[in-house]
Amino acid sequence: MILFDCGFDNGGDIDDDNDEFPSKVGKYKAKTELHHFCSLPILIRIQEMVVGLLNANPIVYKKKERRARNVPTVIDEVTFTPTIEHCSMATLIGLCLRVKLMRSLPSRYKVDIRVAPGRHATEAEVNKQLNDKERVAAALENPNLLELVDSCLEP
Amino acid sequence: MELLDGELELREIQKLEGHTDRVWSLAWNPTGTGVAGMLASCSGDKTVRIWQKGPSGSWDCSAVLEDTHTRTVRSCAWSPSGKLLATASFDGTTAIWERVGGEFECVATLEGHENEVKSVSWNASGSLLATCARDKTVWIWEAQPGNEFECVSVLQGHTQDVKMVQWHPFLDVLVSVGYDNSVKVWTEDGDDDWHCVQTLGEAGSGHTSTVWALSFNSAGDRMVTCSDDLTLKIWDTSQNPSETSGDGSGSWSHLCTLSGYHDRTIFSVHWSRDGLIASGAADDAIRLFTESKDRMVDQPSYKMLVKREKAHDMDVNSVQWNLKEPKLLASASDDGTIKIWELSEVSKVDNFVQSHHLLIGFCQPQVVNSIGLCTLAPLFMSSSRDVKESELLDSKVPIEVFDT
Repeated sequence: MILFDCGFDNGGDIDDDNDEFPSKVGKYKAKTELHHFCSLPILIRIQEMVVGLLNANPIVYKKKERRARNVPTVIDEVTFTPTIEHCSMATLIGLCLRVKLMRSLPSRYKVDIRVAPGRHATEAEVNKQLNDKERVAAALENPNLLELVDSCLEP
Repeated sequence: MELLDGELELREIQKLEGHTDRVWSLAWNPTGTGVAGMLASCSGDKTVRIWQKGPSGSWDCSAVLEDTHTRTVRSCAWSPSGKLLATASFDGTTAIWERVGGEFECVATLEGHENEVKSVSWNASGSLLATCARDKTVWIWEAQPGNEFECVSVLQGHTQDVKMVQWHPFLDVLVSVGYDNSVKVWTEDGDDDWHCVQTLGEAGSGHTSTVWALSFNSAGDRMVTCSDDLTLKIWDTSQNPSETSGDGSGSWSHLCTLSGYHDRTIFSVHWSRDGLIASGAADDAIRLFTESKDRMVDQPSYKMLVKREKAHDMDVNSVQWNLKEPKLLASASDDGTIKIWELSEVSKVDNFVQSHHLLIGFCQPQVVNSIGLCTLAPLFMSSSRDVKESELLDSKVPIEVFDT
């Protein structure tokens, strides 16, 4: 039984109040089972979004390089644009982005992730959570959420 | 490394390795053994490590507390007696460990929070324990005989994840800080009736983003908070902090804000017995602040004393002054290491005169050979600056050799 706390339900009403990282992700056998709770076109769009984002499209990278004692501390500011304005999956997408960057970049990189301004109803809340490393760390300790993120990041 | 005023620096004494994931938090044992005591560290690797200074003078890991927490251990705190260690974990529990000789045994597990526990703190007498979690609550537990703990109150009030709780150094006053950008002061109205007597940060002088940590000064009349808004704020109370004024509001007021010193989130702050405030931030640096003795200014103000850049390779999550040796500081990082630092004056020997010119008397045979002189000829010697003996043997120092 899947309980995916993303705000989607069968009726299609989107709950924008809940931007917490999905915490009640139950076990699931196949990715397609998610379409019971998130309609399939949305799921596909999410996967496309993530892949698209990671191919720098429509991401805006802003690199600020600072040098401290010849060891560059690179700060990436990554802005992503969810294609659905009220998509409460923005938090999940942002999380996937953070995980992908964490796994790809050297540890000295400091990354700030933001929802592109004006493109999400609760962008301040989403941004705050995505940039709170303790919240991100705790969310990624949820094995089901981690599995979901991994499946989204699969090529 | 920048040095401001007084030529002080943080000298790295030792790097402690062993944890296999980020180290979140540190706690010095208030009593401890030996001169400098014992340090506890907790990590994303789900363990707690105990470090002690060995007979050789170096710090070694004397115990690993494992197989208890099933997720990140986020915070740890020693009881005032130094015999018990409380550890708070993302698994929703707080474990109590008892120290018996060199061994530690888990004697109690406090359950109740709905999700990740972020912080734990003992009151001055060791009779009460406070914990806080992402479930927005603060729990107060009473220590009873036989290592039993009973929850006496669940404090509601925060509107988001509570990041840290800290008891006042000698009064039963609790302060909590969190993701809702607020700082809350809690006291008891007799008989386990705890309530929030003040929320700092509502009137415009408060933090504008997550407050990560707080620390009291030793006198208990000031506290410092640090935040994701890149500032440190000093709060002051001239009265007994457990007293409330007539309309129910508390007595803490904003004293000053230290801004412009940090450009990444400040995760930890700790006030030493000597009055130095240490901060650990996401730019991998440790900074020290002290009260400015500037007579020109009416208001008390604070200034940065030392900035130690690249203290670690990654974010500094915790800074803690040793409770017995006030010049000793420990820091913990996302890089999985802990470092012990000593605050000291910059050594005079390190202050070299700019000129590297050196005229030497007797030089290494190899050097003499390379410039074609007789190896055994005594030479004229003088120097333009003080020279360390080790440098005479260091062939890297450029030399000029004169023949008499």
